Amino acid sequence: MENWSLFSLCVLLGLTSRWAVSFHSYSGAGKPPMFGDYEAQRHWQEVTYNLPVHEWYFNTTNNDLNYWGLDYPPLTAYHSLVCAYVAKLLNPEWVELHASRGYESHSHKLFMRATVLFTDILIYIPAVLLYCFYFCDGSSKQKVATALCILLYPGLILIDYGHFQYNSVSLGLALWGILGLGLGWDLFGSLAFTLALNYKQMELYHSLPFFCYLLGKCIKQGLIGRGFFQLAKISLTVLVTFALCWMPFLSDPKQPLQVLHRLFPFGRGLFEDKVANTWCSLNVLIKIKTLLSRETQLFLSFALTLLFILPSSLKLLSKPNLWQFKLALVNSSLAFFLFSFQVHEKSILLAAFMLPLLVKDGLLLPYVVTSLAFLFLSLYLLSALERSTEEELRLGLYRKLTRHWLPKLNLSRIIKWKFWFSLVAMAALSFTSVWLEPPAKFPDLFPVLVSILSFLHFLGFIIYFNLVQLMEPQRKKSQKKTN
Amino acid sequence: TVMAAPMTNDQSWFYALALGVSFLKCLLINAYHSTDFEVHRNWLALTHSLPVSQWYYEATSEWTLDYPPLFAWFEYGLSHIACFFDKEMLVVPNLNYASPATVLFQRLSVIVADVVFFYAVKEYYNGFLFGVLLLSIARHCQNRHFEGAFLFSVLLNLKHIYLYIAPAYGIYLLRCFCFTQSNADGSLQWRSFSVVRLVILGTIVLSTFAVSFGPFIALGQLPQVLSRLFPFKRGLCHAYWAPNIWALYNIADKAFSILGVKFRLLDINKLPKASMTGGLVQEFQHSVLPSVSPLATLVCTLLSILPALFKIWHRPNGARGFLRCLVICALGSFMFGWHVHEKAIMMAILPLSLLAVDSRKDAGIFLMLSVTSHYSLFPLLFTTQELPIKIFLMLLFTIFSLASLKTLFRKGGALLNPLEVTYLLGLIPLELICEFVYPLTVWQKTFPFLPLMLTSVYCALGVTYAFIRLYISLLTCSDTTKKTKMQ
Repeated sequence: MENWSLFSLCVLLGLTSRWAVSFHSYSGAGKPPMFGDYEAQRHWQEVTYNLPVHEWYFNTTNNDLNYWGLDYPPLTAYHSLVCAYVAKLLNPEWVELHASRGYESHSHKLFMRATVLFTDILIYIPAVLLYCFYFCDGSSKQKVATALCILLYPGLILIDYGHFQYNSVSLGLALWGILGLGLGWDLFGSLAFTLALNYKQMELYHSLPFFCYLLGKCIKQGLIGRGFFQLAKISLTVLVTFALCWMPFLSDPKQPLQVLHRLFPFGRGLFEDKVANTWCSLNVLIKIKTLLSRETQLFLSFALTLLFILPSSLKLLSKPNLWQFKLALVNSSLAFFLFSFQVHEKSILLAAFMLPLLVKDGLLLPYVVTSLAFLFLSLYLLSALERSTEEELRLGLYRKLTRHWLPKLNLSRIIKWKFWFSLVAMAALSFTSVWLEPPAKFPDLFPVLVSILSFLHFLGFIIYFNLVQLMEPQRKKSQKKTN
Repeated sequence: TVMAAPMTNDQSWFYALALGVSFLKCLLINAYHSTDFEVHRNWLALTHSLPVSQWYYEATSEWTLDYPPLFAWFEYGLSHIACFFDKEMLVVPNLNYASPATVLFQRLSVIVADVVFFYAVKEYYNGFLFGVLLLSIARHCQNRHFEGAFLFSVLLNLKHIYLYIAPAYGIYLLRCFCFTQSNADGSLQWRSFSVVRLVILGTIVLSTFAVSFGPFIALGQLPQVLSRLFPFKRGLCHAYWAPNIWALYNIADKAFSILGVKFRLLDINKLPKASMTGGLVQEFQHSVLPSVSPLATLVCTLLSILPALFKIWHRPNGARGFLRCLVICALGSFMFGWHVHEKAIMMAILPLSLLAVDSRKDAGIFLMLSVTSHYSLFPLLFTTQELPIKIFLMLLFTIFSLASLKTLFRKGGALLNPLEVTYLLGLIPLELICEFVYPLTVWQKTFPFLPLMLTSVYCALGVTYAFIRLYISLLTCSDTTKKTKMQ
């Protein structure tokens, strides 16, 4: 079959599954007084439409920050404003100041879902298609298979179309940034990524690799001469973009400070709820949340994050090529996720480990179906298991390490077994979380188990990817970017 | 090794597709459910709670039982499983009962029943009733004729709409199976008539009917059952006109009456009110052209399929000829039948899809017919929520069939001629106007059924065109030189 038809089929399948998921419930549906993320997004439309810019991030009589106050950078606010204009055209009741709190209706749900689909089609999907077309090795069939797998990634679909968020905008913009850098259009790439950063501050997880890659590239071109000019141009692009995004907030020095305060709520503590990172898992054994002071916690998290980022970033700085860049992205985001302050579980966007959150939203059925489908699809299309010979898994390093102690080990087989085992463990946990009641002594047993299991996996991944980036030479076939 | 040997490419593609479709259906469990949902809920309830003698007399709900007895038994069987989901749905007076458990059960039963469908498709190449139809066709193509006949009888007793294609079955089986041999040039060899085979076939068919209708004949209820099955009080056209000849007939009648009034040839007071475009299901008179009675439609249908039947009697062409005749019978009945529902077009498309992969011409006709008929089903899903889904799915299907058929018939030019391409592309502006532009105009209030009328007339043109082309292809196809020797 021709390429265009295969790609359009992929897109259509992705769109259909997205819209099909959107039929189901959203976060906080029918749960006053606070509702959930869906209500937060609606509330932001209300606030940005009715109030002047300098009041958006401040606590006023008209804007109660305790009720879903804005805590994303200005671009999200502008996006909400645009949506609010459309909402006003369709039904002014949706964005009435104060009166529209907790507004829920079938047509409103349709409208909100439509806004997500619209930005998805505009930003995220083209980026994915272009990425697969230009940066995937292999036959066109493999490219299409990769595109399909990315488009059907359950995590993003469930969060954006089920729970309700606009992650596709920031991820899409970041992907455009990666595309730009890959094609050698550094300025465009920096612009796109700066926009992504100004949409969700979560993209800071990716910022260090971008920085190191561009800096390393400029250094390679010689800091006296071309390299310097390039660096200047990039810095100028970034600064101008920032200035444009933050322009309404630059009139008064209090404004940007308040915005930053909302964006980075250090007052909120090391972690909230159950997150699959180090602190939460450690807390099970040692109650670090209460043992250590706030300053010590901040310092510890900062230090560990830095520790885990530094090797990868330095390697990228010294060898700024695309392969290193992609690996650094993975490592950096994993490191931030595992060790940083006030991490939200959505930061990982991995469906299988979001079970507690999704069940709360009544999204169990879509979760099961999409995860199963995704798993089945990846196995089938990417022949993941068939290709896991030792070489493919770059286990050469491990082999060297373990040859000393366990010479008879067939590592690839172990990996396969480990994969199936993880799968079974995840399935069992999912099953028990839904159908069984936890013992009275440990009411949070299942969410904690899920987060610990996930944490162990992530820890394994970060070690593995770091080793790959630091030790192995670049292969002909490049790996699929996972974040 | 941990993994078993990898499956062959084709097989694994098929399973992947089957699984994918099932997954999608699971996701769509929450989507819009039409009145058909309530219809089936009602049937589950009445077969479960009432004794057999009451099944065809029950009329609490407007959706009375109008399928043959075997389907009623099927609903009865399902109702026992339904108990575990939600007992309330089985209470007859619970009209329009639709708890989440009920919805889940109904959708799941459809999905599970589709497994039959997938099995049937698999059998042919190396939805529940189409599955049985396909299985029956498959068995015929595999020369397992007794099974095929049996399955068809079962099917007929499940849903009597398949009566449309019974003539094809009858003639084909009689000609190819009861006469065990043909002459060298393919014509009939009268002496090879096998009484044994006829008797066996007859027994199979009659006994199936006996099992299905038996209890009702014993109770003396046969007239009541038949009147429920064939409700001629329902009007020439459905609420939304199926895209058949009568849609074109209606529009011509309307056009003439408007012109007649304009040119003062007719008195406007003498014409019946313009209620044929209304959504009600009643009997109506045409204003200018002669009115059409059920008998007239029956005669037209028979006349339309007679040439095809004669052709396969005269020169049967093996399985392919049988399929072609099947499609024509289905299409003919769709085109000329009384109170046809647009869903009935599916009966023609399915066998045609089997033909499409073997011949270029059939592939072209298939594309025309399938795209047109899919589009004609759009008005059935009219909520805004379903709009993206139906557009995505239609594009998905169209691109998929176009691309696969194109790859199959790579050599030999385009599958569709420019006229056909223009017609199909015309569906896009039609959809934009009917679904997006028209609701915003003033006419939406005064003539709310105009988009429906436009859709059905436009599609009727396409369907008629496909019908004519198919007939021409049947009547002009050359006979195969192979001898069709039946076992």
